[in-house]
Amino acid sequence: MTTAEPTVEQETRSEDELDVPWQVVVHNDPVNLMSYVTMVFQRVFGYPREKAERHMLEVHQKGRSILWSGMRERAELYVQQLHGYLLLATLEKTC
Amino acid sequence: MEIRRRNHHIEISELDPFLAELLRQIPASANPDGVQAAEQRLFSAPSNGKQTELCAEWRMYVEPELRRLFQTATETVAADLQQLNGNEKSFANRTLRIPSKHADAWLSALNQARLVIAAKNNFTENELNDHFRSPIGSRRDLSLFQVNFYGFLQEFILRELES
Repeated sequence: MTTAEPTVEQETRSEDELDVPWQVVVHNDPVNLMSYVTMVFQRVFGYPREKAERHMLEVHQKGRSILWSGMRERAELYVQQLHGYLLLATLEKTC
Repeated sequence: MEIRRRNHHIEISELDPFLAELLRQIPASANPDGVQAAEQRLFSAPSNGKQTELCAEWRMYVEPELRRLFQTATETVAADLQQLNGNEKSFANRTLRIPSKHADAWLSALNQARLVIAAKNNFTENELNDHFRSPIGSRRDLSLFQVNFYGFLQEFILRELES
């Protein structure tokens, strides 16, 4: 009787890539309403209104704001949620 | 036009035929119609271009989910808008009732429509911020009016969600 070798899943992302903190960045968009962007930040990140407004104003005035940083998988989930609300959001590796 | 909250719905009354027609156009306006700029705006890249593997995965797994999400919202809005059908030739004012539980779908569909119209017309930030532009003299002016009118509705729905 032969024993089947266990299948080993190949990790396609390097450990370095997974360990490095990632940033969720939201970019300015002249179409989205300021009140809408604030609401989205409150809903997605659970931020209080004041903090959500600070980030919204940073996006508006400086063109971008870092909303969150941490592990890649969670950052991807946040970007997906932000895209669901039609915000311009990207995932960036922390330098 | 009057807009107010009544029990479990948002009521838009005294809708003249022109504004009723603009509302009817929300689902169609949210469709990028294959225009690349509009398509790219609705389905923007998840990274600044350096993460090609991530972008490829995104297109394969995330974009289809986003498409379904956006389509569900526009279908909900299209169903609500059927209240405005039936008397297209009448010039009488209409009333539209949006159930409160559909507020998120309306926010999404209005946002999709605004983004698609802006992308198709390549509106500048100055044009989008010029709320006193009038009268409507061209197709482009009408599109800008549409973006601002939908934005006004979004603001109202947001206020209602907060209260």
